[in-house]
Amino acid sequence: MKDLGDTSPPLLRVERQRWVIPARLAVTAIPYLWLLVFFLAPFFIVFKISLSEVAIAIPPYRPVFDLSEGLDVLWEKARALSFGNYVWLTEDDLYWKSYLSSLRIAAISTLIALLIGYPLAYAMARAPAAMRPILLALVILPFWTSFLIRVYAWIGILKREGLLNATLLNFGVISEPLTILNTDIAVIIGIVYSYLPFMVLPLYANLERMDHRLIEAARDLGCTRVKAFWLVTAPLSLPGIVAGSFLVFIPAVGEFVIPDLLGGSETLMIGRTLWSEFFANRDWPVASAVAIVLLAVLILPIVFFQRHQQRADEAGR
Amino acid sequence: MSGESLGSVRRAFAPWTDPDAKPFVCFKGVTKRFGPVMAVDAVSLDIFEREFFSLLGPSGCGKTTLLRMLAGFETANTGYIFLDGVNISEVPPHRRPVNMMFQSYALFPHMTVEQNIAFGLRQESGVSKAAMADRTAEMLKLVQLEGYGKRRPNQLSGGQQQRVALARSLAKRPKVLLLDEPLGALDKKLREETQFELMDLQMDLGLTFIIVTHDQEEAMTVSDRIAVMNEGRLVQVATPGEIYEQPKTRYVADFLGSINLFDGTLASRNGAAAVVETGAAGPLHVLIDEGTELAGSATIGVRPEKISIGFDRPNGAGRLNTVKGEIWDIAYYGDLSTYHVKLSSGTIVKVTVTNTTRLVERPIGWDDEVWLAWPPEAGILIAE
Repeated sequence: MKDLGDTSPPLLRVERQRWVIPARLAVTAIPYLWLLVFFLAPFFIVFKISLSEVAIAIPPYRPVFDLSEGLDVLWEKARALSFGNYVWLTEDDLYWKSYLSSLRIAAISTLIALLIGYPLAYAMARAPAAMRPILLALVILPFWTSFLIRVYAWIGILKREGLLNATLLNFGVISEPLTILNTDIAVIIGIVYSYLPFMVLPLYANLERMDHRLIEAARDLGCTRVKAFWLVTAPLSLPGIVAGSFLVFIPAVGEFVIPDLLGGSETLMIGRTLWSEFFANRDWPVASAVAIVLLAVLILPIVFFQRHQQRADEAGR
Repeated sequence: MSGESLGSVRRAFAPWTDPDAKPFVCFKGVTKRFGPVMAVDAVSLDIFEREFFSLLGPSGCGKTTLLRMLAGFETANTGYIFLDGVNISEVPPHRRPVNMMFQSYALFPHMTVEQNIAFGLRQESGVSKAAMADRTAEMLKLVQLEGYGKRRPNQLSGGQQQRVALARSLAKRPKVLLLDEPLGALDKKLREETQFELMDLQMDLGLTFIIVTHDQEEAMTVSDRIAVMNEGRLVQVATPGEIYEQPKTRYVADFLGSINLFDGTLASRNGAAAVVETGAAGPLHVLIDEGTELAGSATIGVRPEKISIGFDRPNGAGRLNTVKGEIWDIAYYGDLSTYHVKLSSGTIVKVTVTNTTRLVERPIGWDDEVWLAWPPEAGILIAE
């Protein structure tokens, strides 16, 4: 391929366009600039706070860095950086227990959402074409109501004198009301309920465009319906499963509202710990350290997810 | 694919003419409705072992439904399907000894070529790994794709994908291979080549092939027999030659190739020779079977290539069916030219001429006055 170089535009033209930003670049630059300003910059501020010390002041921390001291002093301080707040996170077992508990609750919720969401998405994808937009609208419909109100509603359902217990008692399924509210189970129910659409939508998108002839081909070559599902449908829907699982898992780990409203005092979740550090303890530096570690914990699965996507793209689907 | 000519085998093969021959695939009064739509309407059809059989018709004529019922993907509302003497009407698709090559191939995108081909063998119990690998290699060789086993379907060209699909559907040694528009996605040249490859393959393997196609040329090329379908019914089942030269109905005559149709009434008849008075072209002479009963009205069909065209009126015996007309339109295809000739009655007659010489002294041009002629045996009498 000797003449590969010939495909680049001639020098002259490059020269002339030097100051013209290509339209395509401009279009992609806007969201990146947005992220830079509203994600990366706050992230560095939080990171900076996490390295400082708590103080009774407004804001309640003593900054380590102060640009007014000049670059030399900055450099000096950078070398003597204190990761004390991070060390503290490892010393008090509240933090790592919160992390683990969050991961556990998020993982269980994701699994349950998958078990409920997959058949739902499958049935939607197989429904008559005229029905599908309606079914899709029904999945999205809850978003039209405030998330907070929907989670509050679950209190009414799950509490001791709530709808669920009343129904079960009425039908004689149980003789004593169940304690569900203020337990981890209530939190899991809340997460599964709230994030189910995020599981269903990518799965539906994946299953809906799957070629039905592939399943027929598997049947033709000797598979029962169940086997054809496991050998063809399931592996081909893997990108949808992965996408849906991450869309549920990642926000569920950092979830605050659901454990706060439905969880008990025993329910440890990192979002709640973060909140109490910030607002109850007013310990901004430790709270910032918690947030930074949470991000690091979540970045690993995100990187894994993107790797998977890339591999899936290379494999053709 | 083999070096020897298979002409003698092909010529001798005609089990449908043998009243004692046992049909291999047999549809008995099969009907399939989709809601109010009658997809297949009381079809009874016998297909013989080693036959290359085509189901031909426009889209929506029920040909694919018929094939899918044989594969087991659709269940007949009424009627039975027999395969090799066994009623398979109620057998689920995964237990039928038939395999299907799907339209646009339906290759598994998450598997390699080898895994695709071995897929069917994997579902059988008692096939050893070594036997599976041998069979897969054999199939790859058969379709000339050695060395492509580790690729994914999306890394192959359309023609290669088609051959993988063929190998996959043959790997389990089905009793009948069903092909649903197998060459529809290929370009014209490749399609023509592949048609011949398919014919040779079918001969070599000694298998029964049933192909669904809407391409009449493809059906004519590959088939031993063709079933022409329309609106869920079989219109005519016959060899390509019979279908073309002796179409039973106006629909078949019109669907396969092009034809000039002259409607009229029987004027006189003397044994096999009949004269039909047509409004469009006057009295036309035609030869018919002596046994044919003929009522008042009749239609005569003449294929465009059976008509000769010239500036002068033919003499003698060639004078029987002669009509004068004027060149209305010319379509030049290189090898052939088609002339649209307008008769004095206003009817347009199509005439196809092979361009045997490069240069013609006086080519037929627009507005030329010409004489058309054809012998009585060129006409097809379509009684409906």
